[in-house]
Amino acid sequence: MIAEVGFAETTLVQVIKVLVIFAFILAVTPIVLLVERKFMGRMQSRYGPNRVGPYGLLQPLADVVKLLSKEHSEPRTAVPWLMAIAPMISVLTAVATLAIVPFGDTREDALFGADYGLYGIDVSIGILFAFAFGSLATYGFMLGGWASGSKYSFLGAMRGAAQLISYEVALALSLLGVVMTAGTLSLTEIVTHQSDLWFVVPQFVGFLIFLVAGFAETARAPFDLPEADAEIVAGYNTEYGGMRFGAFFMAEYMHIIVFGGLCTALFLGGWHGPGPPVLDPLWVIVKMAAIVLLFIWVRTTLPRLRYDQLMSFGWKVLLPLATLNALVTAIAVVAW
Amino acid sequence: MTWNPSDDVIAVQRGPEPGGAGGAYRTFAATLRGLRTTFARLFEEPVTIEYPEEKTPVYPRWRGKHKLHRFEDTGLEKCVGCSLCAAACPADCIRVVAAENTPDNQVSAGERYAAVYEINMTRCIFCGYCELACPFDAITMGNDYELADYERTDLIFTKEMLLADHPERTPLRREGE
Repeated sequence: MIAEVGFAETTLVQVIKVLVIFAFILAVTPIVLLVERKFMGRMQSRYGPNRVGPYGLLQPLADVVKLLSKEHSEPRTAVPWLMAIAPMISVLTAVATLAIVPFGDTREDALFGADYGLYGIDVSIGILFAFAFGSLATYGFMLGGWASGSKYSFLGAMRGAAQLISYEVALALSLLGVVMTAGTLSLTEIVTHQSDLWFVVPQFVGFLIFLVAGFAETARAPFDLPEADAEIVAGYNTEYGGMRFGAFFMAEYMHIIVFGGLCTALFLGGWHGPGPPVLDPLWVIVKMAAIVLLFIWVRTTLPRLRYDQLMSFGWKVLLPLATLNALVTAIAVVAW
Repeated sequence: MTWNPSDDVIAVQRGPEPGGAGGAYRTFAATLRGLRTTFARLFEEPVTIEYPEEKTPVYPRWRGKHKLHRFEDTGLEKCVGCSLCAAACPADCIRVVAAENTPDNQVSAGERYAAVYEINMTRCIFCGYCELACPFDAITMGNDYELADYERTDLIFTKEMLLADHPERTPLRREGE
């Protein structure tokens, strides 16, 4: 282990945690998918899916069955093994980041005869961990788009790479304020710091920058340029079909959920909320859901930016703002 | 000499210059207004007409599937097989073959009747000229617009099909709707 681990359990507990994390994200992703389509529908004065099952509840299932039964094809210019790996990278980086999202504090429980924490792993470099996997997620786009061997895929991949790298800077700088105030990179410790006051209040500017940069990091509208369907067909996943496309599609939603989790832990007070400690994971899920709904809301509302607008917004607005925020916070931290 | 625009020349309304602090403020305000607009839609009923269950109502003058008519009292066909509809049809989709009425076989009110009356619905452009051309109001356009079928041959409507009682499948638009 390169990083220090704040609290480690027995191997059995860790294996169970791995399974729980996978089960959680795979269970939540279809729900988010359906909620997005229903919500977007209602926000656009239409119903959204309502044919498959009661209120269209089985729509994600039908989609998955459709995708699974579809043939996968590759262009002659494609690199097959890279094309197969790319969606896996996208999914795995999303799930891996969820490992550090804390759903509750360390519990004293006699279930396995040992204490356990309601998080995948409490690494001392939590935020760096998140950024490491966030950067790796770029490879999902890039390899997928490049290995497809088609123009539109390549355009999408290049856009994705440039966008993700640009916004990562603003994203990281927007968190400096939180890190300086809390004095730690561990997400669980950051949440513990917020027991009195959530970081949204003192770090409101940082929160806004984090949110906006997050839209770009997850390649969501209005920053969905890597897959801009009106311009470059479907961007990096143009040549994908079947469940490989499904994996990319799910990865997009997983990234949103994970981003919601990071937002919750860093700014929205994590598991802190009224009620007994049993309700802690529920509060985290409620806050994550709020962020996810915000993503959907913004997607319905805002049109896609032009590519130069995206770049100038990232470098000329968000980055100076984030730097200023970090500077002001640094002064405040030193002064008080 | 300076040019003096008269009163009917209207200056073009221009928005404020983009960019700068004002531009940023306006963009932010516009974004928030957009978010409010979409959020307000959540509390409204969708405008969707769920088609197979619910149909778009049409106007009374909507030109849909053709109808051939009989006299209500005698039950004789109004069509006398004059082929004026076929002549008027710009898409050339109507075929009429006339035959003489005999005392034993009195089909229509006139001298002749249409032994064959076919409309090829795959060609019809629903212009309504047949209706206008008909001197006896024997053919009119109904309101039915659900005409899809699996075979092209099924879309050649025969006289029997056009004469048959038409189920009222299409809702009519109410006054002022």
